[in-house]
Amino acid sequence: MTATTVTQRTGYAELPGLVALLTGDEKHDRSAMSTLDVLWVLYDRVLRVSPATANEPDRDRFLLSKGHGPMAYYAILAAKGFIPIDVLSSFGEFDSPLGLHPDRTSIPGVEVGSGSLGHGLPIAVGAALGLRAQGRWRPQVFCLIGDAELDEGSNHEAIAFAGAAALDNLTVVVIDNSSATHGWPGGIATRFSVAGWSTATVDGRDHDALEFAFAPGPGRPHAVVAQVERKSG
Amino acid sequence: MPTMRDSFVRVTSDLLTEDPRSALVLADISADQFVAAAQAHPHRVINVGIREQLAIGTAAGLALTGFRPIVHTYASFLVERPFEQVKLDFGHQGVGAVLVSVGASYDWAAGGRTHHAPGDVALMDTLPGWTVHVPGHAAEVEPLLRRATAATEPAYIRLSERTNAIPRDVASPRFDVVGVGSRGTVVAVGPMLDAVLAAVEGLDMTVLYAATVRPFDAGTLVKTLRTPAVVLVEPYLAGTSASHVSTALTHIPHRLLALGVPRDVELRRYGVPEQHDRAYGLDARGLRQAISAFIDG
Repeated sequence: MTATTVTQRTGYAELPGLVALLTGDEKHDRSAMSTLDVLWVLYDRVLRVSPATANEPDRDRFLLSKGHGPMAYYAILAAKGFIPIDVLSSFGEFDSPLGLHPDRTSIPGVEVGSGSLGHGLPIAVGAALGLRAQGRWRPQVFCLIGDAELDEGSNHEAIAFAGAAALDNLTVVVIDNSSATHGWPGGIATRFSVAGWSTATVDGRDHDALEFAFAPGPGRPHAVVAQVERKSG
Repeated sequence: MPTMRDSFVRVTSDLLTEDPRSALVLADISADQFVAAAQAHPHRVINVGIREQLAIGTAAGLALTGFRPIVHTYASFLVERPFEQVKLDFGHQGVGAVLVSVGASYDWAAGGRTHHAPGDVALMDTLPGWTVHVPGHAAEVEPLLRRATAATEPAYIRLSERTNAIPRDVASPRFDVVGVGSRGTVVAVGPMLDAVLAAVEGLDMTVLYAATVRPFDAGTLVKTLRTPAVVLVEPYLAGTSASHVSTALTHIPHRLLALGVPRDVELRRYGVPEQHDRAYGLDARGLRQAISAFIDG
């Protein structure tokens, strides 16, 4: 399988080099890479999807709702063989499939086009409902949002409904780099737990802790709050 | 006599039974009329509560997993409130859905501005690829809804309590040539047909009936045009289709009168829809006055 070959060749250690192809900069600000470790753990250890199964109905879905700063995402899609590595250097160019926000219609493996905040989680709710309605119990839907993105009210519509609907095939990961202007007094996890979700708050750079946190409990949707260093600048 | 909403409920309930790829997303509005359908199809009739952004996103997610969802609520809450979701969650994702609204421009006249949506079709016009149906009679809802759900492109169906006395055959997406005259052409959209026919009595005008307004049937307009004087009579914002007429007649010197709900005022009146028709000059008398002045001018 092609994907396996690529995976064996391209590991976590190679990601900074792939990101550099996107940014044209060998030294990048770590805070611009807030999603890197979470995305890596998802694609390397959690998601049951590969380039070979990217269109299979029973694949896991990953929806990147926080479409800003997709460099880490593109790098990992390349590392895992969804897109060719040599396309990375075209990032943002007129003819490139890789925009500054991802477009699902032009990038293999991308489940949702994003960039405007607060769209991914409601769509993830629909995907989870759609899989449930088809009796597909195996695939899980994952959605990544940011702690500032959580400001968007559409997320709170989705959080309340997913809890009430007991959508146990839905997992949200919130990248918390303390960038929400007014913060989340009482904690981000609380916003989910009061709506009936199970939650885990972990170090967003600790791969083993992340992998453990992604294991959902039965019967309800699951939220992982991945804490990373505060956004600078 | 069943209303358009009654027909929508009946046909949608049938579609849910007939087609396993159909799904219905509600935001409380009309949920009481889908109780039986929800019991029969608990996983495909989804009421998200009063959460319209979520309703649109949910439909998009269903579409991404292979469904052809129908989303239904009041026009103002289906198109206007979650408009950016309508923009980004369907066409931009490469998926479709069928949005079915009730309320129209001022069906609930006494409800006031909060429940009036004369701008819905104009908003949909800013998005590429949408089909727009504006039935003029309850019996027209079934063929239009079935056509929209069988297609793959996104579609908006605008239901109203306003209705013509007799349904037309809407099997074709083309404009329906209701009458032929020599002094100009009136395009009557959906429920405006009866008022238009009364207004142009004896005026020797061609009358085209449009129940499917997008795509705009420029072909029939041009083919039936004798005098290049065109009157649009639309039940939503005046001039919503004016650019389509201009484009259709790019190479023909022509005159255009665009009648509909005025864009430049907020009426701030209640009462019944017929009173709003009169205030806007959209009753038969007001239309006749405007159309006569236009063709004589």
